[in-house]
Amino acid sequence: MEGAELAGKILSTWLTLVLGFILLPSVFGVSLGISEIYMKILVKTLEGLEAIVEDEVTQRFSSEELVSWNLLTRTNVNFQYISLRLTMVWVLGVIVRYCVLLPLRVTLAFIGISLLVIGTTLVGQLPDSSLKNWLSELVHLTCCRICVRALSGTIHYHNKQYRPQKGGICVANHTSPIDVLILTTDGCYAMVGQVHGGLMGIIQRAMVKACPHVWFERSEMKDRHLVTKRLKEHIADKKKLPILIFPEGTCINNTSVMMFKKGSFEIGGTIHPVAIKYNPQFGDAFWNSSKYNMVSYLLRMMTSWAIVCDVWYMPPMTREEGEDAVQFANRVKSAIAIQGGLTELPWDGGLKRAKVKDIFKEEQQKNYSKMIVGNGSLS
Amino acid sequence: MGSRASTLLRDEELEEIKKETGFSHSQITRLYSRFTSLDKGENGTLREDQVNFRGFMRTLAHFRPIEDNEKSKDVNGPEPLNSRSNKLHFAFRLYDLDKDEKISRDELLQVLRMMVGVNISDEQLGSIADRTIQEADQDGDSAISFTEFVKVLEKVDVEQKMSIRFLH
Repeated sequence: MEGAELAGKILSTWLTLVLGFILLPSVFGVSLGISEIYMKILVKTLEGLEAIVEDEVTQRFSSEELVSWNLLTRTNVNFQYISLRLTMVWVLGVIVRYCVLLPLRVTLAFIGISLLVIGTTLVGQLPDSSLKNWLSELVHLTCCRICVRALSGTIHYHNKQYRPQKGGICVANHTSPIDVLILTTDGCYAMVGQVHGGLMGIIQRAMVKACPHVWFERSEMKDRHLVTKRLKEHIADKKKLPILIFPEGTCINNTSVMMFKKGSFEIGGTIHPVAIKYNPQFGDAFWNSSKYNMVSYLLRMMTSWAIVCDVWYMPPMTREEGEDAVQFANRVKSAIAIQGGLTELPWDGGLKRAKVKDIFKEEQQKNYSKMIVGNGSLS
Repeated sequence: MGSRASTLLRDEELEEIKKETGFSHSQITRLYSRFTSLDKGENGTLREDQVNFRGFMRTLAHFRPIEDNEKSKDVNGPEPLNSRSNKLHFAFRLYDLDKDEKISRDELLQVLRMMVGVNISDEQLGSIADRTIQEADQDGDSAISFTEFVKVLEKVDVEQKMSIRFLH
């Protein structure tokens, strides 16, 4: 049975490789340095290319139009045919990204997700105990680390001493579903969200077996009181993991922070703000959900050079006396915007799907009325 | 490669818009993708107003900030769309609903009513409109002409208030 022997040998070598290079380092949170080397090579190459581009380009374009070109045409809308040499390099980049990086990353992601589902289901069989909690944390962290490697993610965590504690609410600005991955690599959170079907549903159901997340049915999401009640119950139990909420309610393109919906700030408890800022030089992490669906978005992510981001943990905040939820939300929003170096915008992220709510229009009308009645004449 | 949007905007059109509005190449492509995101029906115009991309750009051009190096640029050419006078004319046209180069009492009332909603009574709004016209009107025709409009706003920093910082 030579065929079977050969297959057996390949399988065992493959398993050892996976175990040695992927699983064990992720379990212990140790890095083998592969990502670091990759990033160094990447940075050097892109710097070199920038020099070439500047040489050939400055005579033809003004500097404001071609700031830096990172071989990702889709993030630089201004790609123009500049020279044969540059196009060749770009083609090479495409080949490397799609034929070398993509298969590796998809494999890693597949391993990560399967391990997550299998791991959490297994852990879920255990009775409730501190061992179960420890194991579920281990499984979560390991699989998230594998998934982050699947995206060649390089994350810098700042101020780890302010990492969100149990019984609190973690609040962050939202750019893409990858935000969740980035935060859970450094700590365990209880997620809040809608129950999905398909692959997401499987993952959700598996995760909830190992540790309590808060998943809502679509119909339940509409009932704000129900949502608030369940979240309140969750944080009242000090042994439960901190809840992770994105108050903007939708993905924003990481240049600004939009209106924080007040719902998360009405629950009470301590808010731990976190600011996430991606470095767009290596890959644009923003998910424009009206343009791309989840699969094409993931494809884009996996064919970028890398995802580089900074995460800043911030000191906890609580609602002060006489402050209502909206004011508190704005206070937290400012803090996050300043820390992450993002602009603050008062607009609702939901505007990309629907028109302005009438109450905002009416508020503007009230303000304007006060102005002209108060003054009585032109200034 | 690149979004669908950038392939639908032809180079000649882009050059024309650049000359007319003064926006840079990258700003125009960026605004074109914004326009297509707003254009849900994908028929080249924004619903209700039937504004096409050229009209859209022309309107936005009024709000382009005046850069320092522009002030002395083209003394002989046509006035740029974002000059103080053109900004004021844009604001004037918001009130001049029948486009007769005069803001009548009725037009002023209509626009004010839209802006205050239900918060002010008819009589109060009427007297505010009357007082406004009284103060601005200089040639006694009970309407505000463009020159009178400009005079009223001469102390207002229109260049700064009517400017939006467009990203590059």
